[in-house]
Amino acid sequence: MEMNKYINQNILNLPPSGIRKFFDLVSQSSGIISLGVGEPDFVTPWDIRETAWYSLTRGFTMYSPNRGLLELRELIAEYEQKSIGVSYDPASEVLVTVGASEAVDLAFRALLEPGDEVLIPDPSYVAYAPGATMAYGVPVAVPTFDTDEYRLKVDQLAAKITPRSKLLVLSYPNNPTGGIMGKEDLQALVKLIIENDLIVLSDEIYAELTYEGQHVSIASLPGMRDRTVVINGFSKAFAMTGWRIGYACGHSDIIAAMNKIHQYAIMCAPMMAQKAAIEALKNGHHEMKAMVEDYNNRRLLIVKGLREIGLSCFEPRGAFYCFPSIQRTGLTSEEFCMRLVHEAKVAAVPGTAFGASGEGFIRCCYAASVENIEEALERIQQFITHL
Amino acid sequence: MSEKFTMKLLRLLEQNSRLSASALAAMCGVSEEEIKDALKTLENDGIIIGYHTVVNWNKVGVDPVTAMIEVKITPQRDVGFNRIAERIANFPEVQSVYLMSGTYDLSIIIQASNMQAIADFVSYKLSTIDGVQGTISHFILKRYKDDGLLFESHETDTRLAVTP
Repeated sequence: MEMNKYINQNILNLPPSGIRKFFDLVSQSSGIISLGVGEPDFVTPWDIRETAWYSLTRGFTMYSPNRGLLELRELIAEYEQKSIGVSYDPASEVLVTVGASEAVDLAFRALLEPGDEVLIPDPSYVAYAPGATMAYGVPVAVPTFDTDEYRLKVDQLAAKITPRSKLLVLSYPNNPTGGIMGKEDLQALVKLIIENDLIVLSDEIYAELTYEGQHVSIASLPGMRDRTVVINGFSKAFAMTGWRIGYACGHSDIIAAMNKIHQYAIMCAPMMAQKAAIEALKNGHHEMKAMVEDYNNRRLLIVKGLREIGLSCFEPRGAFYCFPSIQRTGLTSEEFCMRLVHEAKVAAVPGTAFGASGEGFIRCCYAASVENIEEALERIQQFITHL
Repeated sequence: MSEKFTMKLLRLLEQNSRLSASALAAMCGVSEEEIKDALKTLENDGIIIGYHTVVNWNKVGVDPVTAMIEVKITPQRDVGFNRIAERIANFPEVQSVYLMSGTYDLSIIIQASNMQAIADFVSYKLSTIDGVQGTISHFILKRYKDDGLLFESHETDTRLAVTP
């Protein structure tokens, strides 16, 4: 029976994920070294796991308040104050969510009217455009370039603004490029954002993984606090991807609207994950910094290695990805990655999975062991030499 | 050699002494030559004492006996505990010697092929040293972790091969 006629048109028309096809291919092959993952290679620090375990033995298996445990919200507010210098009221301006992903979805649904345009730097993480579409918004890609180190430039943004522009997504440090936005880079956008009355969704999930200088949030710039929803979580910094725990901070009206959806759709984030997140913020700093230092070492290793192979690669300053150009091979990103799996047994993700501006580039995740990175570099070199 | 570079190099090697010179060079932002020179200097200065491998001998059917021995000694004028500690440390079967605070003075870790060999060491070599007042031996029954490394890790990489 053909059931697609029952499916909502908006969902039916969503393009399939560019990564899915690739995932199937890699899963069917063996002996692959994968630089295609999007998560830490560390297991969650033991203290955090042990605390979650203890919370279960103590019987913390119930619902929490919709917005999350107050203790966790207080710690989040304290953490954001320290890391981005913006203060939020734990009672009304912090919402604990099921991963940062839920927070992104809630922000879209709480803010968008049908037809509102969402400006999304391209390339970017794969979920923003479909997320906007599912909330009946219209995603508008704003291209960014390796020559700008993938910073969002004000003239590129201005060119895409229309009377329907409502929301700007900023996700720096950036997946897939590793690009970051410094204070001046963000400052350059503020006037345009305020003139056009845009709200900013700032996804800062990779904030702790900033290797040069300090992460800066646009929310910390004058005039931007109330029009920015800061989204963050524990997945990347604390290696807690599977716990699904994140949060949003912002103006109390926006957080209240997001909480309205959250309370009906989700109820609350898992209690065990909230207990684990409390431990992460209380005592996880030291281990987190050690993981960041480890990523940094591997970043330096892979970038140097790729350049020595002859693939130009701008210096990624955040997240755990690098985004080398494969243009000199004359292959498209997808051809390159397909052949790389088949012929060299290395998985990387085609840049086009993250938007049209990713053509000519591939995403390599360096959350892999040094041995695997070195072996992958060796294989890529062999592959390119024999093209 | 800047102090920052030295410290970083030492931290990297302490975690994984098998990192190649080229990997160390990339991570420290220097040339391979500089890495090799730095290692030579650190080795000559006795800052890097050695490189060793942590082996779980049980897995290959070898079952050495390890004991921790508490030793009480009479400190000597001018040299305190040092001379006796060094004398004990020179025995090849002695793996570690520590001066301790608390109710005894030296903690010794000794490994041998069987219990008798350890008993012989204690009664013929250790106890007969002038200044050794007494010893208490504790035999190690099972190793769970050594040098920061778990002997049985239940953690495997369960990540999906490709994720966004």
